[in-house]
Amino acid sequence: MASIRQQIRIAADPDTVWDIIKVPESQPDWFPGIIKATYDPETRIRVITVSMGVDMPEEILTVDPTLRRFAYKITAPLYSFHYGIIDVIEIAPNDTLCIYSTTAEPEVLALLIGAGTMGALEKIKEIAEQKVKK
Amino acid sequence: MGRKILFITTDQQRYDTVGANGGTIARTPVVDKLAAEGIRYERCQPSSVVCMPSRASMLTGQFPTTHGAWMNGVALRVDAPSFAEELHDAGYATALIGKSHFEPFLDVFGRFAENSFAQLGIPTIEQPWFDGRMGPHRGFDHMEFATHGIARTLHYGKFITEEHPEYLTSFYPNLNMELNVNDMGGGDTGAVQAWSNDIPRELYHTDWIADRTINWLEQQNEDSDWFCWMSFPDPHHPWDPPKSEVGRIDWKDVPLPENYPESASERETLLDQKAAHWRLWYDGKLVSNYEAPKHWVPSSLTADQLREITALNAVEIELIDEAIGRVLKTIEAKGWTDDVDIVFTTDHGELGGDFGLLFKGAYHVDGLMRLPLIWKPAPSSNTSPAVVSAPVSLVSLAATFMQVAGLPTPEYVEAGPLPVDNDDAKQRNFDATITEWDSDLFGVSVHVRTALTNEFMLTRYQKGTVHDGSEGELYNLIDDPLQRVNLFNDPAYAAVQAKLDERLRSHEERPADRATPGIVVAPV
Repeated sequence: MASIRQQIRIAADPDTVWDIIKVPESQPDWFPGIIKATYDPETRIRVITVSMGVDMPEEILTVDPTLRRFAYKITAPLYSFHYGIIDVIEIAPNDTLCIYSTTAEPEVLALLIGAGTMGALEKIKEIAEQKVKK
Repeated sequence: MGRKILFITTDQQRYDTVGANGGTIARTPVVDKLAAEGIRYERCQPSSVVCMPSRASMLTGQFPTTHGAWMNGVALRVDAPSFAEELHDAGYATALIGKSHFEPFLDVFGRFAENSFAQLGIPTIEQPWFDGRMGPHRGFDHMEFATHGIARTLHYGKFITEEHPEYLTSFYPNLNMELNVNDMGGGDTGAVQAWSNDIPRELYHTDWIADRTINWLEQQNEDSDWFCWMSFPDPHHPWDPPKSEVGRIDWKDVPLPENYPESASERETLLDQKAAHWRLWYDGKLVSNYEAPKHWVPSSLTADQLREITALNAVEIELIDEAIGRVLKTIEAKGWTDDVDIVFTTDHGELGGDFGLLFKGAYHVDGLMRLPLIWKPAPSSNTSPAVVSAPVSLVSLAATFMQVAGLPTPEYVEAGPLPVDNDDAKQRNFDATITEWDSDLFGVSVHVRTALTNEFMLTRYQKGTVHDGSEGELYNLIDDPLQRVNLFNDPAYAAVQAKLDERLRSHEERPADRATPGIVVAPV
């Protein structure tokens, strides 16, 4: 089991950041390398397609607007365990900390997913700060 | 018209596996002839003993602490310096065919360009260059990739998948279901990473790379200048050459390596003289780096397993030698022989049974650090054949290629062109080389620096998971060529140690425009 944590400070209010993250099927907009996402609210299953052409099913565990926490787990067979959490935390007015945590087994997959999450945080920051400027 | 360059690399090949260097198991007549007609280097060191940092050093002419790809799994930034950009600018057609490994292979999100060319069916893409301009990826206008076994994102994997799917499962599965390096045994002895591969020889990646190189060469105009990097993934593990070729060498007849003591107690005594991670790995208590199988315990290696691995390794080396021979025939048929420089080397060595160990890691001894390097300058350059005993580094290759092309040495390279003989080496102060190791993965960090002269090798361990920063190894390469007697902190060698420590210090403090160290995004 390995755990990777990435974080970024964003010059935007937390609700702006949360609005980007909270929609399950929005992931292709802000996660580089994910080209498609479908979401079934009945089953809470999201299926993402990565640019290498592989589909990965995920179960959405938490979409909590109070905590501003989005949690999910990848259920693809290669993973014996996965838990991904995105937390949006207010630091000060127009200053938000966004944390993307990945815990997975096999541990190599934590590294591969965790490396992608840094790119996701950078994209979330870019989108949020552009919204603030507008 | 200038001199053309054929740059041949293998992967993880020991110095002593080449006939010209005293090897007796694999027959390497083609490379031996290059050595006889050219310059054979007796002490060539890599900048790092794993693939990605070492290959990045060949391309950039910089040490890993400068180019920023400091361990496997850290991509060389796309706008890093590249000798191929310089050659391309000078009008050379530039190709890389085979294993590049400047970018991680494990790439779930398709972040890296080199994993996309095969699927997109394109030879290269426009990327930012070191000087701020745009140009072909890393300076190469033609790239076709292969690696060990089948990676479907690369050209060779695509070729087998689409045209010969019946052989998709013939290769050894290099990674297991945990995506760790596989410890599964095979062959006759159950040796780790030994495998019987049903693929016909002509479809194996060694011959495929030679075929693709010949195809590219045949497309070049008679008068054009070209640079071709022909990069074989073998004899890197897995040891799974085509089954049809395995009978060339009967493993039962293969002698054990000189540095493999058959007695376990003798091996353990030797390992106990070295820094802690050597014995911990041997006993299966710590695998300090990803490149060795996580669940394989070196002390379980038997003499027969080592014989079989050595034989399979030698078969792979013979296939490479024959493949090179085919490419040289094409060059001859094109009438280019007099104007072609040929450089043969590898990215790092292989422990190959030394001290009872296999594969590679933070173990700076000759098995991993002493490399075959042969440069046959174009006959038209009238360079005399020579044997260079002075220590040289793969970091010198970038400047060497630019010199061959008649280009000045750029400021960004950290080593000048290779010396052409010992006098040249003496005049230009080729008296020591440096090898770096840094790894930090899943909570285990190891940081090592080694300075080497013709007489001594000093390794210093910086603070890490199992090192407190005080450990070291010092070997007298003249009296102890197998590096069995650790002289570190021996008062009789205090002056030698101090002198080499100074070399390490000056390396750390060297003026260099260092890239921000890259982020580990994959294990390899």
